[in-house]
Amino acid sequence: MTGLQITFLVVAAAILASAVLVVTARNLVHAALWLIATLFGMAILFVLLQAGFLAAVQVVVYIGAIAILIIFAIMLTRRVMQDTGPQTNSQWWLGGLLAAALLAAIAYTLFRVDQQGAFPLANVPIPDSSLAELGKALVSPDFYMIPLVVIGVLLAVGMVGSIAIARDEREKE
Amino acid sequence: MQLDPTTLTWLIPVPPLLAFFLIVLFTRRSRWLSHTVAIGLMLVSWIMSWSVLAQILGREHFGEEGTIIAAAQEWLPLGAEPLKMGVLVDPLTAVMLFFVPLICLMIFIYSVGYSNFQKPADPHDKPGEPPHNGVEPLYSRFFAYLSLFAFGMLLLCVADNLLLMFIGWEIMGLCSFLLIGFWYARKYDDPKQITPRQAAVKAFITTRVADVVMLLGVAYLYSATGTLSFREIMYAEEGHKLIELAEMASPIAGLSAAGLIGLLLLTGTVGKSAQFPLHTWLPDAMEGPTPVSAMIHAAAMVSAGVYAMIRVYPILAATAEHGAEHGLTPPTLVLATIGAFTALFAATIAVAQNDVKKVLAYSTISQLGFMLAALGIGGYVAAAFHLMTHAFFKALLFLGSGSIIHGVEHGMHHSHEHIDPQDMRHMGGLRTKMPVTFWTFLIGGFALAGFPLVTAGFWSKDEILADAWAHAPIVFYTLAIAALLTAFYTMRQITMVFFGKPRTAAAEHAHESHWTMTLPLSILAVFAVGIGWVGIPEKFPGLGGLLPNFFHEFVGGALLEHPETLEFSVIPLATSLVVALGGLGLGWWVYRNAWAKADDRDPLEAPLGPVYRVLKNKYYVDELYDWAFVRPAFWLGEKLFSAFIDRGLIDGLIHGVARISLSLGLAIRDWVDIPVVNRTLSDGSGEVVKAVGREVRVIQTGRVQQYLVIALAMALVIGAVLAALNGVALVGQ
Amino acid sequence: MIPLSWYLALSAALFSVGVYGVLARKNAVAILMSVELMLNAVNINLVAFWHYLTPTAVSGMAFALIVFAVAAAEAAVGLALIISIYRRRQTVVAEDVNLMKF
Repeated sequence: MTGLQITFLVVAAAILASAVLVVTARNLVHAALWLIATLFGMAILFVLLQAGFLAAVQVVVYIGAIAILIIFAIMLTRRVMQDTGPQTNSQWWLGGLLAAALLAAIAYTLFRVDQQGAFPLANVPIPDSSLAELGKALVSPDFYMIPLVVIGVLLAVGMVGSIAIARDEREKE
Repeated sequence: MQLDPTTLTWLIPVPPLLAFFLIVLFTRRSRWLSHTVAIGLMLVSWIMSWSVLAQILGREHFGEEGTIIAAAQEWLPLGAEPLKMGVLVDPLTAVMLFFVPLICLMIFIYSVGYSNFQKPADPHDKPGEPPHNGVEPLYSRFFAYLSLFAFGMLLLCVADNLLLMFIGWEIMGLCSFLLIGFWYARKYDDPKQITPRQAAVKAFITTRVADVVMLLGVAYLYSATGTLSFREIMYAEEGHKLIELAEMASPIAGLSAAGLIGLLLLTGTVGKSAQFPLHTWLPDAMEGPTPVSAMIHAAAMVSAGVYAMIRVYPILAATAEHGAEHGLTPPTLVLATIGAFTALFAATIAVAQNDVKKVLAYSTISQLGFMLAALGIGGYVAAAFHLMTHAFFKALLFLGSGSIIHGVEHGMHHSHEHIDPQDMRHMGGLRTKMPVTFWTFLIGGFALAGFPLVTAGFWSKDEILADAWAHAPIVFYTLAIAALLTAFYTMRQITMVFFGKPRTAAAEHAHESHWTMTLPLSILAVFAVGIGWVGIPEKFPGLGGLLPNFFHEFVGGALLEHPETLEFSVIPLATSLVVALGGLGLGWWVYRNAWAKADDRDPLEAPLGPVYRVLKNKYYVDELYDWAFVRPAFWLGEKLFSAFIDRGLIDGLIHGVARISLSLGLAIRDWVDIPVVNRTLSDGSGEVVKAVGREVRVIQTGRVQQYLVIALAMALVIGAVLAALNGVALVGQ
Repeated sequence: MIPLSWYLALSAALFSVGVYGVLARKNAVAILMSVELMLNAVNINLVAFWHYLTPTAVSGMAFALIVFAVAAAEAAVGLALIISIYRRRQTVVAEDVNLMKF
């Protein structure tokens, strides 16, 4: 077992543990903090996968923006949601059962596929210029220019839409 | 500044779209700003179109490869060949670019006056109802819709492939729905009279039926040829693709793929251009504001249908032997039949209508029939020519009728009468009250009737008749009768509205409209006269050759092989002279003294008797459709689906299941739970059964998470079944 | 060298945890957080496949970026909806929002 593998196992365990805490924590603020921990673990995973840029984006976008947004939302709606009492609905056991079944199904599939050796590993080192290539691909009409534009539109619409939805109607009068 | 014409072509449709968004998002509170934006940007579009025209008109042999403007961008990687989107300006597009932006601009300017911009808002006016005597309450919205409509039309004109054209086509469909139903809150005392809201729905659904069929045609064409680009299909390898299409067998026996595609595409046009049997929406579309009627009937939507047919004509006419050569194929045969029949059919209806706009509506249907008939018999150039001249004079007539209605409404305001301001029986003598409207309407009407030599309508109709004479005498006779009727009902309309004495106090008090309305009328009148001179046949006695027959050469260049010039024949010329003058004279003779009072009878009513009643009721087509389609659909919906299947079967099942599980639960409780379980085991299992029962009782709880649970469970089950069926060999064979 | 299947297993586990959260949590904000977990699990897959199977192409990374953007948009709109519901109905419990009931 190499050092890399040990690092992976530790990070994976941390990610899974904090993910479980995200969905089980009573106190929502705690859950949000565990979410940040999970996201941070993900960033480390990206580094392990030699995708440093994605790690940076993960920290900046996910932790810096999305998680903070979620914490804001929790704070804003806190009054009605006491931390006492069950945080799960009446069908939680069904959900757990299904999630477990899903995991089993995926694991079984993975196992079979792995046995058949279906993944043609490339075994080439990642080129140094991959980030530059990514940048070029994102603005090139032959690759991802249109998806990028569409995503831009989506974000803009999402932003305008959330302002429109969340605006207090009473302020108008 | 000299922009590259290709770039300019790309940009032509953009300004109206921009105007739409600007108005909707920013300027809708300011009426002045809204119409300035709409008109200003439409002006930009017009200037761009004409500067493209100016640049291409100088090119020698325009229309041949290398001289046209064509550019395409890859848009969607689909299969082996990516789908391309692009623009194309060939002679046919050039014709459209000549008149569409100009007429749109005129309609925009006219709308300012039509919506009473100069008057203050009337507090009694409600949004969604026509204004009484103040400014239109939804003024800005009107201009936004008009702009979007113009965008759709311009997009359709410059599109280089069927899909992009179809997109523009559908945008127009949406806009016509919005605009016909613009006065959505309007109600009539007579429950039988169709309201704008109903008319909008009717127009939308009717054209939608046709559009779906058309889309099938587009899809079939794509799967058969792998491309939707006009030029690639019709010009590549000297029409090779067309021959291929014509040789390919279609699923329907006896029909080639080209034939089936042609018929499918043709259905779209029959709906959009309101041809029999899908014509009923168009007269009802008159419920919209008059500039909308002009837009739909002259510059845009219905012309789009004919334009599309002219565009795909090589497919329609494709035969295995000749490629794109002229010949009678199933689609062209259908086209000629429907066109000629509709031309006559609608003209007879128009004779018996009293609503000033309805007459024009049926006359539009009839004139579109002329164009399609001309196309069906191979008169490619004649159809395009009539399309252009018709756009000018029909826009003129519609805007004129709006001006008339406005004048009468104004008079009603004075006299406090409650009459229908669109009923021609309530008019009369408007000649002196509204001189500009009168003269321009007269010019438009004479152009429609085909008044010899001076009007545009004469030249284009003459060309259609000449083509018909040369290729298909039956079509020729039908069209000749239709042309006679056209002149007749036009004269009837002009006489009823403008001559004689005012028959109501409202007509007495009518007065000329605002200059924003009369200016577009005057400009359009100039074109309604002058535009015909570009297409005078070269062998026409006397006049022929004075001006070169520019149009024939020009538009003919859009085809792979130039259509031959017809030999001059005196019979069609004599016919068009006779029917135009004869119809006008007959109309004047019958109607000059008719209607001393508003409730007099039509002079034709007594001699024609029941025939007149049939005409007046539009051959009862609406009633027939109501009886044949609408009521059975209602019956199906109400009796069968709602009462029987929904309430009886499905509800019964649900209730039955509920009842069974309830009684089962009760039975279990009574016979198992209480005596056996409660006493022997703990309450647990009973609780579980109850909990499950509660969960299952009503599946539709409105709780998203429960739905998700069910969805996920089903996905897992399906996955498991598939895996079991495939023997778990999931990937990597 | 870490085997690819490790990443895939981790991704599957994380995804399942997220599914559980979406199905079982009461609080709408918590449901949203669980959705973020699921999106992250997808991203692990994308980047891992890219790293092991097609390191010379950029598609995996590009799609991961798109997932980021979608996640951001989804969080913004979702939270706006939650706040709007909270303001009208004084609740953020997903089960209480059941207007679409039969």
